[in-house]
Amino acid sequence: MDNSFSWNLLTDLQNMWQYDFMRHAFEAGTIVAVVAGIIGYFVVLRRSAFAAHALSHVGFAGAAGAVLIGVNPIAGLLVFTSAGGLTMAALGRRAANRDTQVGIVLSFMLGLGVLFISLYKGYATEAYSILFGQILGISSGDVLVTLVAGLVVITAMVFIFRPLLLASLDEDVAEAKGLPVAALGLGFMLLIAVAVSIAVQVVGVLLIFALMVTPAAIAERTTHTAARGVIVAVIVALLVTWFGLFAAYYLSYPVSFFITSSVFVAYVLVRLRQARRLT
Amino acid sequence: MSGKTRTPIIEAHALKAVYGTNIIWNDAEFEVKKGQFVGVLGPNGAGKTTLFKLILGILPTAGGHLRVFGRQPSRGNRRIGYVPQRHLVDKDVRLESLELVRLGLGGLKWGPESYSGIHKESEQAMAALKSVDAEDLAHRPLGILSGGELQRVFIAQALIGKPDLLLLDEPLANLDIRRQTNMINLIAKIARENSVTILLIAHDINPLLPSMDKVIYMANGQVASGRTEEVINSATLSRLYDAPVEVLKDSRGRLAVLGAEEAAHPHG
Repeated sequence: MDNSFSWNLLTDLQNMWQYDFMRHAFEAGTIVAVVAGIIGYFVVLRRSAFAAHALSHVGFAGAAGAVLIGVNPIAGLLVFTSAGGLTMAALGRRAANRDTQVGIVLSFMLGLGVLFISLYKGYATEAYSILFGQILGISSGDVLVTLVAGLVVITAMVFIFRPLLLASLDEDVAEAKGLPVAALGLGFMLLIAVAVSIAVQVVGVLLIFALMVTPAAIAERTTHTAARGVIVAVIVALLVTWFGLFAAYYLSYPVSFFITSSVFVAYVLVRLRQARRLT
Repeated sequence: MSGKTRTPIIEAHALKAVYGTNIIWNDAEFEVKKGQFVGVLGPNGAGKTTLFKLILGILPTAGGHLRVFGRQPSRGNRRIGYVPQRHLVDKDVRLESLELVRLGLGGLKWGPESYSGIHKESEQAMAALKSVDAEDLAHRPLGILSGGELQRVFIAQALIGKPDLLLLDEPLANLDIRRQTNMINLIAKIARENSVTILLIAHDINPLLPSMDKVIYMANGQVASGRTEEVINSATLSRLYDAPVEVLKDSRGRLAVLGAEEAAHPHG
């Protein structure tokens, strides 16, 4: 079969999907995009983007440590990000906004990750894939883990959607109404931790914002209800992920480059359009 | 004699509030009856918001006796609507007012909601916005609303649950004098039409004078309550502040409290 690009996208997809690694990449990328869009909307709404960023760096140490002891990196990611998320939640929502302390901990965790990576012999490629993502190297086992984790996050979010929305917009009212505000904050931190862990496979620790924050920021700026906001964030995350995989198949540059740059362009276009409408 | 109408909405005897080991105020004695419009007044840090948190059951009482609707206060009482003191919403927030009001009901529901359920909530939210003359704000982003508009949306959110008691923390903050008067008139109208009892925290007494049935005044760790003229007079306030405070009345009935600012900060 001819593997060059044609304008018939269906044939192109059929071409790509002959390869297991491309199929796995599309499967994992799709799940991650949906999860990142949903979680990301609340991350942006709660202004906890920096906490999400920090969790991904904590995850780096976990992934590197897992590689060192010969365990699947996603297990290390899940353990470390969950522990980090619990700690931040225990310190309170206001503590998660203390940029200085969070920054100090995240740089320590990055350093720890560097140590683990250097102790491991396969230095360059492992570090590279954790930092910048390695979606084309995803196994069918990883896809399954991603699917299960993704379904858990989505189910939990459907269940807590409206109470979390009220607690995010209006903590005092939520507390007075008897909602378990602290438990919601903690639960959401854990959901961010899981979402970050599976998203790292696609865009890596350093580029997590591209899927978790930018699509949600676009959604927040262009919608007036939370339900629509979540839908737009998911659609944007899906489109840029699919575009990234598609483009990287034909042009041999990294998938994460195409994802980050296309979502950035989308964000800039939205901002420009809104700025022009105001003048 | 019907017991139900006789039970006060709020009853406090020898009530004490603490923050950590510090006593905020002590020996509060007051009663709020159904349909009353009560002003909660006093300097910054006197413990006005603390009183609301005791009534809401968010903070435990440190001593004495407090009954709300004849019961021990507990968090999540659906009969109470609460509008906390809020800073202005971030300009970037694009969520519409209707969404925030709707969350007054929907925010308590776990799990997915049917389309018809959401539709019904939206209708109730619209009705609540209408009752504060803010239906035109329904689809406007919260970030672009003025202080007064936001306050009306917040009150609508509290009203959507059809409360019997409304706690308003500084609803007049960020408003100019004319808007303060409009807001108080609106709140008094809501109270009459829905037979809601109102407790309202404010800094300035004057906008409240025409509507207020009762005052709870906190200062210097002490609490006084009664009809406006029983509390806002030189003798009572001087006793409360434990310092010479004078209350003057101008020709239009407006009051000026002199000396309270200094007395509230004796070491300042």
